[in-house]
Amino acid sequence: MGESRGGGCCPPMDLMRSETMQLVQLIVPMESAHLTVSYLGDLGLVQFKDLNSEKSPFQRTYAAQIKRCGEMARKIRFFKDQMSKAGVIPKELLEKESDIDLDDVEVKLGELEAELVEINANNDKLQRSYNELMEYKLVLQKAGEFFSSAHRSATAQQREIESEDSQQAGDDLLESPLLQEEKSIDSSKQVKLGFLTGLVPREKSMVFERILFRATRGNIFIRQTVIEEPVIDPSSGEKAEKNVFVVFYSGERAKSKILKICEAFGANRYPFSEDLGKQAQMITEVSGRLSELKTTIDAGLGHRDILLQTIGDKFELWNLKVRKEKAIYHTLNMLSLDVTKKCLVAEGWSPVFASNEIQDALQRAAFDSNSQVGSIFQVLRTKESPPTYFRTNKFTSAIQEIVDAYGVAKYQEANPGVFTIVTFPFLFAVMFGDWGHGICILLATMYLILREKKLSSQKLGDIMEMAFGGRYVILMMSLFSIYTGLIYNEFFSIPYPLFAPSAYDCRDASCSEATTIGLIKVRDTYPFGLDPVWHGTRSELPFLNSLKMKMSILLGVSQMNLGIIMSYFNARFFKSSVNIWFQFIPQMIFLNSLFGYLSVLIIIKWCTGSQADLYHVMIYMFLSPTDELGENQLFPHQKTVQLVLLFLALVSVPCMLLPKPFILKKQHEARHQGQSYAPLDETDESLHVETTGGSHGHEEFEFSEIFVHQLIHTIEFVLGAVSNTASYLRLWALSLAHSELSSVFYEKVLLLAWGYNNVLILILGIMVFIFATVGVLLVMETLSAFLHALRLHWVEFQNKFYEGDGYKFAPFTFIFTANEDE
Amino acid sequence: MYGFEALTFNIHGGYLEAIVRGHRAGLLTTADYNNLCQCENLDDIKMHLSATKYGSYLQNEPSPLHTTTIVEKCTLKLVDDYKHMLCQATEPMSTFLEYIRYGHMIDNVVLIVTGTLHERDVQELLEKCHPLGMFDSIATLAVAQNMRELYRLVLVDTPLAPYFSECLTSEDLDDMNIEIMRNTLYKAYLEDFYKFCQKLGGATSEIMSDLLAFEADRRAVNITINSIGTELTREDRKKLYSNFGLLYPYGHEELAICEDIDQVRGVMEKYPPYQAIFSKMSYGESQMLDKAFYEEEVRRLCLAFEQQFHYAVFFAYMRLREQEIRNLMWISECVAQNQKSRIHDSVVYMF
Repeated sequence: MGESRGGGCCPPMDLMRSETMQLVQLIVPMESAHLTVSYLGDLGLVQFKDLNSEKSPFQRTYAAQIKRCGEMARKIRFFKDQMSKAGVIPKELLEKESDIDLDDVEVKLGELEAELVEINANNDKLQRSYNELMEYKLVLQKAGEFFSSAHRSATAQQREIESEDSQQAGDDLLESPLLQEEKSIDSSKQVKLGFLTGLVPREKSMVFERILFRATRGNIFIRQTVIEEPVIDPSSGEKAEKNVFVVFYSGERAKSKILKICEAFGANRYPFSEDLGKQAQMITEVSGRLSELKTTIDAGLGHRDILLQTIGDKFELWNLKVRKEKAIYHTLNMLSLDVTKKCLVAEGWSPVFASNEIQDALQRAAFDSNSQVGSIFQVLRTKESPPTYFRTNKFTSAIQEIVDAYGVAKYQEANPGVFTIVTFPFLFAVMFGDWGHGICILLATMYLILREKKLSSQKLGDIMEMAFGGRYVILMMSLFSIYTGLIYNEFFSIPYPLFAPSAYDCRDASCSEATTIGLIKVRDTYPFGLDPVWHGTRSELPFLNSLKMKMSILLGVSQMNLGIIMSYFNARFFKSSVNIWFQFIPQMIFLNSLFGYLSVLIIIKWCTGSQADLYHVMIYMFLSPTDELGENQLFPHQKTVQLVLLFLALVSVPCMLLPKPFILKKQHEARHQGQSYAPLDETDESLHVETTGGSHGHEEFEFSEIFVHQLIHTIEFVLGAVSNTASYLRLWALSLAHSELSSVFYEKVLLLAWGYNNVLILILGIMVFIFATVGVLLVMETLSAFLHALRLHWVEFQNKFYEGDGYKFAPFTFIFTANEDE
Repeated sequence: MYGFEALTFNIHGGYLEAIVRGHRAGLLTTADYNNLCQCENLDDIKMHLSATKYGSYLQNEPSPLHTTTIVEKCTLKLVDDYKHMLCQATEPMSTFLEYIRYGHMIDNVVLIVTGTLHERDVQELLEKCHPLGMFDSIATLAVAQNMRELYRLVLVDTPLAPYFSECLTSEDLDDMNIEIMRNTLYKAYLEDFYKFCQKLGGATSEIMSDLLAFEADRRAVNITINSIGTELTREDRKKLYSNFGLLYPYGHEELAICEDIDQVRGVMEKYPPYQAIFSKMSYGESQMLDKAFYEEEVRRLCLAFEQQFHYAVFFAYMRLREQEIRNLMWISECVAQNQKSRIHDSVVYMF
């Protein structure tokens, strides 16, 4: 694909510019519409436009079919629910979906649902009576206990009273005549007490008792016993904690009240007999029926499991089919109906390279559906801005996501993603330079990459998902951090003389370790990275700080220059010479005459080993440019060069600000003028463009708005040049933080524990070291370095050229996410 | 602390206010209603609602839908919202939210008592009750024979108990009594709620006073219209009016002696806020009055959302949702009974 628009000299870069898109119109005969959309969905390269946006969902052509699919989806959800309740796992979809008819599926689903519902209903009925019997049994047991204990205590009391009476009878006859009288009445004409037994939910039991008491004005006696294990309530089928109660009452009025209250509280009543023999008989009877029911229920459940198993076998197939159909009908609803009602008209975006594939799909669909006429494919010309579509692979997609998170590229705009692939992990690694940590991350990400196939099919947690999605970015990050780690010469903060022994050595035995004084150079310079001898010396920090700080500025200035150069490519691509002359060139001059100059000074200083103070040079370049530099001079004629650079920088600011708005105004006026006189000899084509493209000549041009915009842009760039350069110093700061943190963990935890000469303390120390390394350095530090690298790309790099106001190409496709919610 | 709510409101109320404003954004708009009015059958309504906040509540309903199912599920959504907010609320907002329920409680009590009087099945009645007005022992109401028993048995445990002090009689329950009881309870409830809101102070009291005053006045008008031609004496009628609101006290004096709808109208037109409502209707007409009042209420409720840092938004949201459910019920009924021409009669548009 690339060579067609590679542009001669340059190699093709698919990722640099988004795919060329076209607005296509498909005219599809009614009979083959469904198949066509289905094939296009398989292809997944067309983004349909909604041509019926003014119609409400149920007024559209295929509303009935969508309703049908919705109904089927509901049945499938019902099956899924039932299956997960029964613990049946649907079989995974193995082979490519064999062609099944939607109508068959619908019928089948209907039958299965009816069957399942019936089985469930039967089971529920059985379960209900089972639960009722279960409750009855509990009532029999608990109330039986209560009656027998009451009986025992009553007889005991009776005996006690009788014996007391016989003792006292002789002594004080006068004292208790009433009591005796009462007793005689008691025994002769006892009031007949009725009673009710049943179960009441435990949380309601207190209220129940209170209401009973109030309703009968206290003329009842209630006894409750707790059932330890929860009981399944027959009516709701849910487990509930319940109490067995026995209520004694007198009179019919009270009874009816109690019955009503029982009903209101959902208290199930069960008949109960006072007679012990009858009780025992009933218990055996109930137990017998319970075991009978149990077998019936088990058989029913078995039947149900078999049914669910058969559903489970085809479940995924049906699910996919129904979702596909629903998607197809939703798409069909976006097409507009032709006046003759014989064909559907679709409009949509597709990449230019897909034209052949789309036409092929159309032909196949027309052929397969035995349609009399084929579909018509034609390209429309439009003024609308097309969607942005990058063809990414699994390696580049994560990087592209990072760029898209800031903003989707404007159509065919230079894509920062191309450079981000390398610069992002590199800037990350500058902040995370430690090859020990790098190897740890490398191992972790290798695990993700090697098990890619397996992991991609299953559902991971939130954080895992993120790490898995960015596994190739993490791979790059770890490789780069091993590289920078080697340069910084840090392995868990310890330097190793990997490439050669250190170039320096002690002059004699008296030189202490904590100083560089007394070291003499004995060998060649250390070949790669930092000489390990720096480690632990007093001047280590000042040296590293100066090195990393300067390095950060060099990296920053080069990345910002790259950003500005990208704006040149954009301007050339969109053929806007204004942007080249009055944006790209002054910006280049401004940035490089200030910070490019600083970078040059840094390099000169490194090469010559000069003692010049760069702060001083830079500050006095502005404050008093005509002063002599004195000892800070790095090269001859430096003062003249500085004056020229300062002049250039000052001149470039108005160049950025003023010409562009005026030129734009002029251009607009020219275009406008041309229009008011021109259209006599306009061709059909341009007329067509105008009708489809909408407002062509009447774009708003507000000079003040453009000017203010340019003013803001200029100020942003000028101030940004300073602040963005300073912002790159975060590379140094985070790198410093990382190495200091890891050396703290190494020295204050591991070496300290080592010093105790105690195995237990050593193990503890190692544990703490490992947890601190993993938790703080490998997770938190990675995250913070990641975020800072992200910021450097989004803000400092991309604001130089990236507009990011496009919209993503979202083709109609059947690749559903694993657990799509409707 | 008038005017200083902004300083401290968000400590406890910020989260819930955000929640309730989010809920408000889910209310159906005029465009939604226009679409709903074009529905051909209840499945269309379901389909349309599936794109709204009600979607997840209706999606698992099998296809031959009934109006009651739609209303039930929509009410469930309201109840879920309410319960969520109540769980998160701290004092005094939780009390405020509880107050919103009391109206439904009164309605439910009346419903059950009337139902038992006409010997309906309790279970059936319970299903008809508004879920927001449910309390533990509500089913026991069926046991009571007269007011005193009603109070002593059941209501003494509920928050409604204090409101009952005014209507404790030993008379047996009949339709008239119950209606008087409802209105007495409502009067007590509104007055209590009003007092509570006054106590809360700030924007809450300001806005709620307005809303509750409107509610009280509307009830006064309704009581008057409904009692025309019944044996309710003027004094009794006057006793049922709440002792606050725009009409209190002079308007009540005049309303108490009204004999027909036009007299009511004459009284009400003296009050500028109600003039607009009555001016929409022709003389002698009272059917449209309900709708006119509802529209005015919705307008005022929507205004409550214009201000921040007060509790009235919760009240307003609940009321608006209820109105929306009433609208949905009406639309569904019209669609189900093929009376589409009458759809617009009773739908109150909100936004």
